[in-house]
Amino acid sequence: MRHSATPYLYLLPAFVVYAAFMLYPLVRAGQFSLFDWPGFGPSTFVGFGNYIDLLSDDRFLASISHALILILFYSILPLVIGLVLAAVLRRGSVRGLGFFRVMIFMPQVIALVVVAVAWRQIYSPNGTLNDLLGAIGLGGLARGWLGDPILALPAVGVIGFWLETGLVMLLLLAGMGRISNQLFEAARLDGAGPVREFFAITLPSVRGEITTALVLTIIAALKTFDLVYLTTSGGPGTSTTVPSYEVYNRAFNLKEVGSASAVAIVLTIMVFLINIAVSRIGEERRTPR
Amino acid sequence: MTVSTTEKTLNYIVLGLFALFAITPIITVILTALGPQTRVQTGGLHFENIVDAWNIGQFGPALGRSVMVALLVVSSALLLSILAGYAFGTMRFRGSTVLFYLFLLGLMIPAEAIIIPLFFDLRALGLTDTIWAVSLPQIAQSVAFGTFWMRAQFRALPPNLIEAAAIDGASGMRTLWRIVVPPSMPSIATVTVLMFMWTWNEFLIPLVMSPGATWRTAPLGLAVFKGQYTADSALIASAGVIIAAPIVVVFLLLQRYFINGMLEGAAKE
Repeated sequence: MRHSATPYLYLLPAFVVYAAFMLYPLVRAGQFSLFDWPGFGPSTFVGFGNYIDLLSDDRFLASISHALILILFYSILPLVIGLVLAAVLRRGSVRGLGFFRVMIFMPQVIALVVVAVAWRQIYSPNGTLNDLLGAIGLGGLARGWLGDPILALPAVGVIGFWLETGLVMLLLLAGMGRISNQLFEAARLDGAGPVREFFAITLPSVRGEITTALVLTIIAALKTFDLVYLTTSGGPGTSTTVPSYEVYNRAFNLKEVGSASAVAIVLTIMVFLINIAVSRIGEERRTPR
Repeated sequence: MTVSTTEKTLNYIVLGLFALFAITPIITVILTALGPQTRVQTGGLHFENIVDAWNIGQFGPALGRSVMVALLVVSSALLLSILAGYAFGTMRFRGSTVLFYLFLLGLMIPAEAIIIPLFFDLRALGLTDTIWAVSLPQIAQSVAFGTFWMRAQFRALPPNLIEAAAIDGASGMRTLWRIVVPPSMPSIATVTVLMFMWTWNEFLIPLVMSPGATWRTAPLGLAVFKGQYTADSALIASAGVIIAAPIVVVFLLLQRYFINGMLEGAAKE
């Protein structure tokens, strides 16, 4: 090992910017969370008071349970449907996939603010979804979807499902493309049908991709700020609020900077823990190659 | 492997339906944008809505700011990531593993977690409402990903390439730009389009870091409409088209880099 300053000099500029604008603010958020502060004037040290208050804060507890429900829509459903679709597509060597890939990828490229505009139009009282229901004789079900206290959260969840399913499917399809065809041929000689083939060969081979897809989509589910801010602002009532929206709302609307920082720290810990847990499970189950 | 015609047809039906599902909300925006404004216009296509939305949302200056922020963020993040990736990917040094994990942490830190101190600390320094307040946090985010990406790319290069350059007496910098970077261009192009897309679409950072709206980028143009309950859905949708159009055009032109980047970038993690 050479003892020279060279590698550190190459790292220095990147590290300075990264440390100053990500690591340091994260530490500062932890510090802010120990104080009561309206964003100006003097602050009061309260220790873990802000965190203890969160335990009995209905709005915050609601936001956590909403985040968990959104994970179902952003991660679990896209994974299940993505797996089935990718397995179906892998069996037939489909030509012209390029065109379809571009279409399926489109939701990933468009700014979330524009996605919010699109779905507000679909969900509005005189929007596309209600028109569609009317056309098939189910006009009785029509409503302002994002204004309904019970259905607003699943409605936001469907947007997440729409966002993530294409990415998850293409990720899994890429993984399945790397499985050797001989494996499938051998299975067929043994008389395995599509279902057994799926559980015996396909599923175990894409464990790595499944882990990746879960990590990506769970992080996306926990970071739904743009979408919630522009579709429902957490409402009606508290029915669609999520931790990332609570951070913004508390800090910049309610002027409760300490409480907002405590939510920010809880959110970060949630992201870390879920990441570690998913990666651990993925690695343990990964079959040796 | 042979597959029956029925199964092939089924495949195309599945793909077709799925593509339709992905594209329908986008078509809805375009149709709404070009549809009649309520109580003002009658049926038919109204391309003038785009012009109206452009003026109301002040998209001329907003797009200008978006371009400047994107140029600053992407060029700085790219340069810093290449330098850092070169150290991590080709050199052995004490603490490299720990430092690398520290950068990896950045892929998980949500912007929501750091936005509060960023706002209050930069406001205390008088930096809010400047291009720096909007750009530097985004440079930091992109550097975390970029370093991770360039390290993987440079590690994959044949080691004798760099050894040969060292034997020829080339300096580190010369080796980087003459030997290491040229064969990595496709990978650099991919990370460039990803950084550009993230920066262009970013909402929270410009929203918070420019409270006086002087450095609000194009996606924030929609926030202007949000407060106005009278705002017409045709105009809001037109604003959406204006914001999304540049990135969609770039995507259609460079789709290979986008799609490979997002699939590989995910797989490298």
